Amino acid sequence: MYGNAYIEPDSELAAKMAASREEDPEKLAEFEARIARGEKIEPDDWMPAEYRRQLLRMIEQHAHSEIIGALPEGTWITRAPTLRRKLALIAKVQDEVGHGHLLYSAAETLGKSREAMINDLISGKSKYSNIFNYPAKTWADIAVIGFLVDAGAIVNQLANAKGSYGPYCRALERICYEESFHLKQGYDAFVALAVGTPVQREMLQDALNRWWFPPMMHFFGPPDTISVHTEKLMRWKVKMASNEEMRQDFIEQYVPKIWELGMTLPDPALRKDEATGVWEYTQPDWDEFFRVINGDGLCNKERLAVRRYAEENGRWVREALMNPIQKRMVPYA
Amino acid sequence: MTESLDPRIRRADLEASPASSGLKQNEHWETYAIFHQDKRGAAHEFVGIVHAPDPELALVFAKEQFGRRKKTVNLWAVRSSDIYTFQHEDDDMFSTVPDKNYREASGYPVRKRINKYLFDQKEEEASKA
Ligand SMILES: [Fe+2]
Ligand SMILES: [Fe+2]
Repeated sequence: MYGNAYIEPDSELAAKMAASREEDPEKLAEFEARIARGEKIEPDDWMPAEYRRQLLRMIEQHAHSEIIGALPEGTWITRAPTLRRKLALIAKVQDEVGHGHLLYSAAETLGKSREAMINDLISGKSKYSNIFNYPAKTWADIAVIGFLVDAGAIVNQLANAKGSYGPYCRALERICYEESFHLKQGYDAFVALAVGTPVQREMLQDALNRWWFPPMMHFFGPPDTISVHTEKLMRWKVKMASNEEMRQDFIEQYVPKIWELGMTLPDPALRKDEATGVWEYTQPDWDEFFRVINGDGLCNKERLAVRRYAEENGRWVREALMNPIQKRMVPYA
Repeated sequence: MTESLDPRIRRADLEASPASSGLKQNEHWETYAIFHQDKRGAAHEFVGIVHAPDPELALVFAKEQFGRRKKTVNLWAVRSSDIYTFQHEDDDMFSTVPDKNYREASGYPVRKRINKYLFDQKEEEASKA
């Protein structure tokens, strides 16, 4: 999964401080010229403080989303309906944790330790994709997540893979390769229910209704306000597409696949304007989006408690294995 | 907290687990660079890092992370701090004179010289005759 399509903006003060930092104009011009030429920025290259900060936030939040995203799906590993589905789900969840690992590694090249990132996740300081604060109630939820949430993640991650920071792009390349398996196995589970018995179809429809509104429509975040700030992030190839562009791309690719099976989506306004090619839809409740991001969702507490439990209860193992003369360093790549 | 839908999490009794004291620096150990080989005799290629307390566990983690899908016959784990490298800002040390044909086989047109020699010989013989 789980492109963290929406990146929670920083506190206004921190953003102002970093943005107002004076950078050497000559170095800045060379940096921007390199990005304009399509070159990648590597860890030991000069970069503006604001670029480093924004990338770190983005990659870190993406990593957290992968790790936390394994939890709602992991819920169903013990109860997968067949051995093959169980094997697929275990493999997918392992991939997601692996994605978290690859992304933490990419973030580490920018100078923040993995321990510090996990501390910020557990304390609630650092965010992750809102969608994982909703519960996976039935097996059909797993089909919907594997199909639609991973599809959304692919839209986001393919866009980001064309960004300017080398280590992030390389991590995303491998991630996107694995996502195609996630999407296909999710679609397969989705179709199995859609062409199944009336009870299976009903179960799938119920899951679709719950996941479409609000989580899936929240997934890419609210339409961006076009500011000098977002304009700069796009010029630096940190942000590669607007939230609305990604949402339109997602709807265009996947809504027809849902309708084809005779399933419905709980939005009577959802339709494509054939003249403009733009999809119209009902705006989801964005107040709820911000409430959930700030901790007040159905599963926020459980997700973080599980993460904290794992770290606390794994500590004695890590300590027992600790090499007392280890040397810490920022990895080269 | 509402009751978890995951039976394993219900059994873990999260509420009773200690509050987080936070991870200390280095608690996730140090990093190892991992090099992947896809067939015998091929060069090992850098694929990423793992956090591990020692080389043996670095290889165990690397097998999970870098050997679980694509073809793998071998992995190397090297402690990141044991890697010595130039700084990229000194890249210019690798640039040399633009014409490096003295390093290339094509920089030595031996046959041309021989042909000229043979031609001159023939001319000379012809003039003697
Ligand atoms: Fe995935
Ligand atoms: Fe993923």
